[in-house]
Amino acid sequence: MNKLNLDEIKIASCRKHAEGIAVDVQNFINLHSTVSVERTVLRLLGVDGVDDFGVPIPNKIVDDVFKNGDITLGVSYYIASALKYLNNDLDNFIKIYIKEEKSICDYPLVKKEEVDKILRTHYQEYLSRIKNNKHIRDSYLSKHKRSITDLYVIVATGNIDEDVTQAVAAAKAGADIIAVIRSTGQSLLDYVPYGKTTEGFGGTFATQENFRIMRLALDRVSDEEGRYIKLVNYASGLCMPEIAAMGALERLDMLLNDSMYGIIFRDINMQRTFVDQYFSRLINAYSGIIINTGEDNYLTTSDAVTEAHTVLASQFINEAFAKKAHLDESLMGLGHAFEINPNVEDSFLYELAQAEMAREIFPNAPLKYMPPTKHINGNIFRAYQQNAMFNMVTTLTNQSIHLLGMMTEAIHTPFMSDRFLAIKNAKMVQTTMKSFASEIEFKENGIVQKRAQSVLDEAVDLLKQISTEGMFQSLENGVFAETKRPINGGKGLDGVFKKSSNYINVVSQRMEESFNES
Amino acid sequence: MKVKPYGDTLNDGKIQVSFTLPVERSQKGIAAAKEIAKQMGLLDPVVVHAEAIGDGFSFYILYGSLIHSVDYDKIQVEEITQKALSRKEIETLIAKEFDRGIVFIGASTGTDAHTVGIDAIMNMKGYAGHYGLERYNGIEAFNLGSQVLNEEFVKMAIDKKADVLLISQTVTQKDVHLKNLVELVELLEAEGLRDKIILIAGGARITHELAKELGYDAGFGPGNFAEDVATFAINELIERKQ
Repeated sequence: MNKLNLDEIKIASCRKHAEGIAVDVQNFINLHSTVSVERTVLRLLGVDGVDDFGVPIPNKIVDDVFKNGDITLGVSYYIASALKYLNNDLDNFIKIYIKEEKSICDYPLVKKEEVDKILRTHYQEYLSRIKNNKHIRDSYLSKHKRSITDLYVIVATGNIDEDVTQAVAAAKAGADIIAVIRSTGQSLLDYVPYGKTTEGFGGTFATQENFRIMRLALDRVSDEEGRYIKLVNYASGLCMPEIAAMGALERLDMLLNDSMYGIIFRDINMQRTFVDQYFSRLINAYSGIIINTGEDNYLTTSDAVTEAHTVLASQFINEAFAKKAHLDESLMGLGHAFEINPNVEDSFLYELAQAEMAREIFPNAPLKYMPPTKHINGNIFRAYQQNAMFNMVTTLTNQSIHLLGMMTEAIHTPFMSDRFLAIKNAKMVQTTMKSFASEIEFKENGIVQKRAQSVLDEAVDLLKQISTEGMFQSLENGVFAETKRPINGGKGLDGVFKKSSNYINVVSQRMEESFNES
Repeated sequence: MKVKPYGDTLNDGKIQVSFTLPVERSQKGIAAAKEIAKQMGLLDPVVVHAEAIGDGFSFYILYGSLIHSVDYDKIQVEEITQKALSRKEIETLIAKEFDRGIVFIGASTGTDAHTVGIDAIMNMKGYAGHYGLERYNGIEAFNLGSQVLNEEFVKMAIDKKADVLLISQTVTQKDVHLKNLVELVELLEAEGLRDKIILIAGGARITHELAKELGYDAGFGPGNFAEDVATFAINELIERKQ
């Protein structure tokens, strides 16, 4: 497919620069771990639950090691030591640990060689559960017919039971993907809440139990509708790998997963989140979960015409990071958005050019295309028209993950009818314009081709500049969304540590091995 | 003068409503929708569209004639009546009246993750051709972004010796934004700061009247730009100086 006459050499040069940027950051990642990475290891060994004060046990243990032991060895050492002492009985250990005031660091430390041997049966149980989930998803997907474009809607009532009602209605109306928006502020919590929740703000807390409840409901609809309804949540913020692990265990199908989004829009420390991102993506790759990246958000802050190339550059970088974590292209839901001011003449053509460009440059990626939000002004009728134009670009350029725009954007979290009307809007466009994409080509050196070419040109320059300055420095300079973030600023830096030469992470070790085997 | 909604004839009272009922689409559902419209004060309501939107839910679009009217002459609103100055005029005014920079701090506070509004007012680039406050000579603008806690916001106001605070609230669920706006006023009062600063709220559903009611100096809804906000704030500062 080459409707835009894009220069292959320039595309290759973007990939080369992005690879250089990713290698540089990966060198940093390899030397470090974080408290959330260590908590994830515990979760994938079977450590779960909360103490009498509601503190998650994984947090309790990692904080304990941080304070009383040597965290730079990794928590695997300490849990292995405790288990060896207690005849490898994890349930018993947790019972004792909650009840008694004994530090996990009080058990005699085992030798490095013993750690993996002691923990193997524990992580194998959880990793095989994840593998099994992958098989179930694959069999659902092969059993049912799949569309080129999946319609994606959000539910956000704050109450998981109410979310289920909304999600089931949306699925029956034609939605293929349901995202449960998290309670606002959850990304800044340095722990994952526990159990079923029925109260939240602007969304519902992401907990493993809530994941399970929604998955169960969606499996039921999938069977009824003869379509596999995918479930999405958010592995961004301070608990990226933990949410990824929970998502893998409860068979989520997609996770928002993007460090740069956290750095820029949530002011999360860049060192912390790059390390967290790597382990979370490793888990996503292992479990077959599609990541969604967040560069579309740059255009909510920056101008969508002049800054379009920053989105493309970021997609190249996210692709390079994803490759480092063994994610297949089919799992890279790179983000972009329809955010140009509709008062701009020919803006529809620019949107078309940019969407087609993303499709051609990342032909195997399930691109995530975001609806207009910035230039929605409260006139719901106007918004409905804008969303129809957005839907047309989606259909014309075969986007994969199609987030439906809501006519009540910026008014309230969607009502059931808002979602229903949005699905009908998209369905009408899909039906009436089904074969349009294969019927059209773009005029040589016309507005569409030129627009895409100039965005690519600017992206090459930007990636070259970032690779020269380095990713950390570039973020400090405010290269994306015109937002500057200092390397030692933001939230979560105190949870980052340099790994000792004896460090062990039994889970990532096993996952890396499995990728190298295949 | 009595007024009613206008369809195509004066005082025909025509309005449209749409809503969802938690019942199946059925003749009974349609009759229920009509009955709701009657109770709303709609004469001869017509259900022009009814559709099932999920198991046990149906959606209705109705038209009808409103029986109510309002006396337009008796309607009173609190409006910001002063005409906005241009950026240049504001800059000149600041230079003339103050021998220091005026500090504006803005944020989308509480649980709100939407920065569209505050960005439009504060960021260099502004919105729809109106430059944001960061661009103004004589103004030091700090945009703290989204989900800023009220406590954090107040602390920043003290640290930076803010003259003007801008609070943006865009998306809400169950009116959490109102609680949040009131909480900030209470915090500022507790710190003894309320009288020392100019407090302005903005957002999709903020009106000047609502803002005043909540204890703010002004409120700006959609269609206002950096000039509108700056003009109000600077004039208010000058007035307080005297």
